[in-house]
Amino acid sequence: MAKEYWRWKEYNWQDENIDWREAETISAGVDVGSVSSQAVIMADGELFAYASMRTGSNSPKSAENVMKWCMEDTGLTIDDLHFTVGTGYGRVNVPFADKAITEIACHARGAHKMYGKTIRTLLDMGGQDCKAISVDEKGKVTNFLMNDKCAAGTGRGMEVFADLLSLPIEEIGELSFQVEEEPDPVSSTCVIFAKSEATGLLRDGWPKNKVLAAYSSAMAHRVVSLLQRIDIQEDFAITGGIAKNSGVVKRIEKELGLSALTTKYDSQIAGALGAALFGKVLCEKKRKKAAAV
Amino acid sequence: MISVGIDVGAKNINIVVLKDTELLGKGAAPSGFEAKDNADKLLNEILEECKISREDINLITATGSGRKDIDFANKKVTDVTAVTKGAISINPNIRTIIDVGAEEGRGIRLDENGKVIDFAVNEKCAAGSGAFVESMSRALEIPITEFGPLSLESDAEIPMNAQCAVFAESEVVSLVHSSTEKKDIAKAITDAIAARISSMIRKVGFESEIAVVGGVAYNVGFIRSIQDHLDREVLIPESPEYISAFGAALMSEN
Repeated sequence: MAKEYWRWKEYNWQDENIDWREAETISAGVDVGSVSSQAVIMADGELFAYASMRTGSNSPKSAENVMKWCMEDTGLTIDDLHFTVGTGYGRVNVPFADKAITEIACHARGAHKMYGKTIRTLLDMGGQDCKAISVDEKGKVTNFLMNDKCAAGTGRGMEVFADLLSLPIEEIGELSFQVEEEPDPVSSTCVIFAKSEATGLLRDGWPKNKVLAAYSSAMAHRVVSLLQRIDIQEDFAITGGIAKNSGVVKRIEKELGLSALTTKYDSQIAGALGAALFGKVLCEKKRKKAAAV
Repeated sequence: MISVGIDVGAKNINIVVLKDTELLGKGAAPSGFEAKDNADKLLNEILEECKISREDINLITATGSGRKDIDFANKKVTDVTAVTKGAISINPNIRTIIDVGAEEGRGIRLDENGKVIDFAVNEKCAAGSGAFVESMSRALEIPITEFGPLSLESDAEIPMNAQCAVFAESEVVSLVHSSTEKKDIAKAITDAIAARISSMIRKVGFESEIAVVGGVAYNVGFIRSIQDHLDREVLIPESPEYISAFGAALMSEN
């Protein structure tokens, strides 16, 4: 089988300093996206564990798999989770979730925790969509714009290019800067047409990195127009898989003349983290209600 | 008078050689990356077959998205001009032309004198062009020539959610995994492209006779779907991919 250059690494993580057995509330969030799924587990509102995997063709199964992997070596089972919130495009298909909340709300909530209260604009660059979200000081959504119709400006578009150029997707951000001079962006918006255009450039003798630079800046330009339409504020952050691609991120920053906020958290877990935060609040509400009866 | 029409498309070059209005020869080759050299070579091959020398040619007219590369052409005309000229020369009753090539879709509305009233073009997005069918036939693992006939075997109506060719490819893969039959998927794809093209045609308005030209006219599944969408019969001229080149060759008439 040919090497799959688009295939990024799946991963899980847990905080060894936290003992979940001591926690009063264990809340979880599962974000089932079109390309990747993330799970987050929080112990009393502190991040305890997370995992990220590729979404399979069966969305309930993907939700289960990513949650299982998130709980690996923690001693936790699904039954230990007090409240689980599903989000993402597959949110209604999470069999073990107590509630489903839209990914727009969850991303805003998660980013508010990850990047701090000052965040006002969030750009979530997902596998098959791209969203610009305006957030208030409480992490609530005030407006959003979304492209989920066209692969231009999405992670899937970048995967197509990684495959075309036979370069590992995790390296292409850095590689796109290894050029003698920044080329003009590719002129086609459509990923299919950009691919033919890139093939032509390679044929003309362009090095792979230069083609990558031309595509990365076209992609940056595409999402900047979305950000401008939503009236981007200075404190902005980028989440999703593309947030890990410096080739796109730095070109977005350059075009905007702004620096994106940074975080110690993994940029891909914003949706699942927001879901888990909502889960904690909902769980406490449920308990209060039960106590009142 | 010997005239030549060269249509340089995103994917293929089509050449027609005429003596006045009579067809002497025609041929096609991939545009490749050196469209000019490829067109030059193809023209020489066709001329050799018709036993005509290059000096005998009175006029060469180039059209298509790559026409600017053809520096040996005496004249250059737009795609709309060329395809309109070609279509109404074949059938003067044509009022609407649907031209679907490898990377472009075009709808042209004509008046009773064959004059262009309005037109719409999509060259930005692969959905609604031949490239869409090509990438779908890759995803389905069936040859592009079998795509149309296979889709005709199905009456299923499975809506494709994706408009984008890249997303549609993932959707097709999911359909294959969920054991949907290939003929039903092929039908869903031809319906999707017909929906895109017909919404473009509605923008310019349509009136019979309607001609479908360009390489995608060979896809019988697309023809059925577009007829269903417009609720009209359409005409498909012989060698539909040569209509623009034919029209360009006829430019010497003016």
